[in-house]
Amino acid sequence: MKPEKIVVIGNGMIGQRFLEQLVSRAEAHPVDITVFCAEPRPAYDRVQLTSFFSGKSPAELNLVPEGFFERHGIALRLNDKAVAIDRERKVVRSARGQELRYDKLVLATGSYPFVPKVPGTEWQDCFVYRAIEDLEAIRAAAGNAKVGTVIGGGLLGLEAAKALQDLGLKTHVVEFAPRLMAVQLDDSGGRLLRHKIEALGVSVHTSKVTKEIVKGETCRHKLLFADGSSLETDIVVFSAGIRPRDQLAKAARLSVGERGGITVNDHCQTNDSNIYALGECALWSGRLYGLVAPGYQMAEVAARHITGETDARFPGADMSTKLKLLGVDVASIGDAHGAAPDALNYVFTDEASGIYKKLVVSGDRKRLLGAVLVGEANDYGSLLQLTLNAIELPEHPEDLILPAREGGASKGLGVDALPDSALICSCNNVSKSALCNAVTDGATSLAALKKCTRAATTCGGCGPLVKQILDATLKKQGVEVKNYLCEHFDYSRQELFHLTRIGGLKTFDQIISKHGRGRGCDICKPAVAGILAACWNEFVLKPKHAPLQDTNDYYLANMQKDGTYSIVPRVPGGEILPEKLIVLGEVAKKFGLYTKITGAQRIDLFGARVEQLPLIWKDLVDAGFESGHAYGKALRTVKSCVGSTWCRYGVQDSVTMAVHIENRYRGLRAPHKLKMAVSGCTRECAEAQGKDVGIIATEKGWNLYVCGNGGIKPRHADLLAKDIDDATLVKFIDRFLMFYIRTGDRLQRTATWLDNLEGGIDYVRKVVCEDSLSIGAELEADMQRFVDTYECEWKKAISDPETLKRFRHFVNSTAPDHNIVFAVERGQIRPARSDEKHKPDEAYNSSKADHEPALEPAS
Amino acid sequence: MTARPNLRLGEWVAVCRLDDIVPDTGVCALVNGVQVAVFRLSGDGEDGGSVHAIANFDPFAKANVLSRGIVGDLKGELVVASPVYKQHFNLVTGQCLEEPGVRVAAFQACVQAGTVFVIT
Ligand code: SRM
Ligand SMILES: Cc1cc2nc3c(=O)[nH]c(=O)nc-3n(C[C@H](O)[C@H](O)[C@H](O)COP(=O)(O)OP(=O)(O)OC[C@H]3O[C@@H](n4cnc5c(N)ncnc54)[C@H](O)[C@@H]3O)c2cc1C
Ligand code: SF4
Ligand code: FES
Repeated sequence: MKPEKIVVIGNGMIGQRFLEQLVSRAEAHPVDITVFCAEPRPAYDRVQLTSFFSGKSPAELNLVPEGFFERHGIALRLNDKAVAIDRERKVVRSARGQELRYDKLVLATGSYPFVPKVPGTEWQDCFVYRAIEDLEAIRAAAGNAKVGTVIGGGLLGLEAAKALQDLGLKTHVVEFAPRLMAVQLDDSGGRLLRHKIEALGVSVHTSKVTKEIVKGETCRHKLLFADGSSLETDIVVFSAGIRPRDQLAKAARLSVGERGGITVNDHCQTNDSNIYALGECALWSGRLYGLVAPGYQMAEVAARHITGETDARFPGADMSTKLKLLGVDVASIGDAHGAAPDALNYVFTDEASGIYKKLVVSGDRKRLLGAVLVGEANDYGSLLQLTLNAIELPEHPEDLILPAREGGASKGLGVDALPDSALICSCNNVSKSALCNAVTDGATSLAALKKCTRAATTCGGCGPLVKQILDATLKKQGVEVKNYLCEHFDYSRQELFHLTRIGGLKTFDQIISKHGRGRGCDICKPAVAGILAACWNEFVLKPKHAPLQDTNDYYLANMQKDGTYSIVPRVPGGEILPEKLIVLGEVAKKFGLYTKITGAQRIDLFGARVEQLPLIWKDLVDAGFESGHAYGKALRTVKSCVGSTWCRYGVQDSVTMAVHIENRYRGLRAPHKLKMAVSGCTRECAEAQGKDVGIIATEKGWNLYVCGNGGIKPRHADLLAKDIDDATLVKFIDRFLMFYIRTGDRLQRTATWLDNLEGGIDYVRKVVCEDSLSIGAELEADMQRFVDTYECEWKKAISDPETLKRFRHFVNSTAPDHNIVFAVERGQIRPARSDEKHKPDEAYNSSKADHEPALEPAS
Repeated sequence: MTARPNLRLGEWVAVCRLDDIVPDTGVCALVNGVQVAVFRLSGDGEDGGSVHAIANFDPFAKANVLSRGIVGDLKGELVVASPVYKQHFNLVTGQCLEEPGVRVAAFQACVQAGTVFVIT
């Protein structure tokens, strides 16, 4: 069979998807393909365009698999625009004068940004937001600008506004309608979104019609509005809507819609059956789609139709959207305005937390027609599924948007309620059954599943649902996937942390009776103890908290293999006065303790019997020592190097900083232990890059590294912020630590936490350094409260007779444990081996001075 | 669970006041030369307020430490977790949940007039 000549105009997201669909079917239907591409590079991910500003290179945005065009013999004509179609001769002519014959022609020309006819738009500082070149130009112009304005407060305009702000500009959004995202939101939703956007520092101006752009006074330009007001700005980005690129089609006398768009039938054919149109340029059933998902569907339909599947039809698509701005969740689903005649609304508004949710349901309350979510859109995926699959609603539809009720069943219907055919990822047309099959075939991690199905790789809106399906499928296979704390709580540590903090819960009993079941165990009790300590910072040995503590926390010392304890006093920054060093030696001698320098610049005293602990601490506390928390899931040490004070290379005073930091965060309880270090220059003698928080001095200040780890699986820390001053450093560490404490899982060090965090270090940087969630002040306040209420646990223990009662081996005798026996090696004690215990002359029995057990009289 | 025996002196040994044990923790008592871990449960449910006694010797760590473990329940069984290697022991029977072949001695315990008694 002679290959069919196919010419494609446009290599955007949809054009590329069409090519992939076509070549995957071309075995039975040989084709010879040429592609005209007006842009200087082949298809890239326009949906992720904004990430160009956060450092993604054009190569990272590229959508074309390595060697794709070569492998399939596709002629790609970059930088060459198609300028005319001769339907009679079936020929396309390009700007460079190329003439090409076609059997089938595919138009995937997309849209162009609409720029309103405002005098002054010819200024060189006016931009659109559509292609990589546009962003390059914006970035160049932003370099010496202070103020940026986006005209248009829709989905794209807000994304552009966030980008301008990230470029460091004071940013304004000017909207012609009375509210933001007028297409998707109702008034209340729009108002809430406005508050959220303003909280990000962006100024919003609604009901403003821009009349003219003139020369500015304080900035380069000035926008004049119809109501007489004005706004000074250095650059302007137009995001006032898009228009289908149908000029070529129009010139070829193909049928186009009144308001633009190339008319197509269900097979995506234009009125010339040899010419197809797909994506944003196509008008189907009177509708234009400005989203990738419908375009991807069209691409598949056209490819199938061309290769002989004559029954392939485009069924229409959903226009639900989720705004992917960091920190502001906005989603709109289906009939968000309640246009259906008998539609009923449920509305939930929580102004305090900035949450607005609306459900539009059918008159019989059985079907979800649409929804609007602002401030929290976690349920986007599941609500969308309810709409798309017309799933019968639960008895109380309002439960779907109300916060979970006290003791009530969890809301939503869960992924099990979805039919196998449910389209989960609309961007990439992946159904529930396709996901389940992929999991069964071995894609058992989210990353693997995304890779092999492409689900969740475009807009990301379906991500949570894909994860739920992964978990549900694994669970059916008998794989344990819950991150529930233990059998007593159906919550992860992170969830329990929030329930505790928000519910103001102060004891384990309150927490387990409200949110759990049973008596608890050695998993949940210490975890809750840590949560309570992080939230309220009460003395860990208060009778109500004492039973929760691991023995190490209970005795404020580390239990050794023989039941004795080791004691590590805090030595902030590793700096120690000779007098205090002598005290450590004296205490060790007095109690016969084994003494060792630890791997973290401190001194560990081993072999203390439980009844000796308070006596040892008394001596240490009197000498000015504090608990080193070697026993706690808490801050351990801040290691230092000598720094600029002594070292010829040092550029900052690392010891002073280390001492300061250690004193600030001493005793801070966290999901796992925390280690820090401060190095005085780039030679890094304190090994800061192996710590949870690492600080390295620079000529200009400090570089802050986070999420390093030594131990079982070493990991180098990632750079969070550069050249910051002392105050910023402390502010960022406050935020970082509290954010980790709030969100970490039980026994998850910062390194594993980061490796499991969606968005990785970039996300942490946004939250910590740019305050994208607007929780910076709250995190700092939480930390300050902790710092202000710090007390040394040892000091407290020895001054409290009730606590002291616990420190004896027998409740009814003052005798020591005769099973604790030491041998002597290199002049110090060590636990005796069992063979040594039976040779009394070689071993030294700690209970030599044995008393006859004195029983307390029974009453 | 906890028997309410007739006190026959010589068999029941008074070890401490109930108040000496913080609810949901244990203490170690020396009873006729044997180290006994005595636990007091909190609350007022079925097992609420009851006391339990098992040997204090942890057969895995070979140390006298069980009284210092965390008390709780697993699938309805009352247990203490060893503070050293975290195996669980049933507070009533002394059975180790992780190792069917390992069981520590269990003793009867009760409270009379605010005093805890144990039989070894
Ligand atoms: C005493 C010390 C060894 C020494 O003699 O030098 C030590 C001793 C123990 N380490 Fe360590 N680690 C000691 C420095 C370290 C270091 C080095 C450091 O801090 O710079 C590391 C690697 C750095 C790191 O953590 O990233 C280290 C990584 C670990 C790990 C693995 C953690 C990980 O994330 O992979 C564990 C296990 C755990 O925590 O789950 C561990 C656990 C332990 C435990 C608590 C094991 C246990 O449960 O009994 C040991 C307690 C001994 C005791 O009773 O005191 N120890 N341990 C060091 C005490 C430092 C201090 O002054 O506080
Ligand atoms: C910043 C931004 C964020 C977005 N976010 C989302 C989102 O979250 N979710 C979502 O679903 N959608 C989003 N979109 C929309 C999405 O990118 C588009 O729906 C999609 O790119 C449309 O694909 P297309 O192939 O139809 O058009 P395009 O990707 O625009 O491709 C058309 C291509 O054809 C070329 N072309 C045009 N005419 C000719 C000619 N005569 N000769 C040769 N080449 C020609 C153009 O230069 C262009 O390269 C976003 C868009 C932008 C700009
Ligand atoms: S390396 Fe292992 S044995 Fe040595 S102190 Fe650390 S945990 Fe103990
Ligand atoms: S729905 Fe957009 S990536 Fe799946």
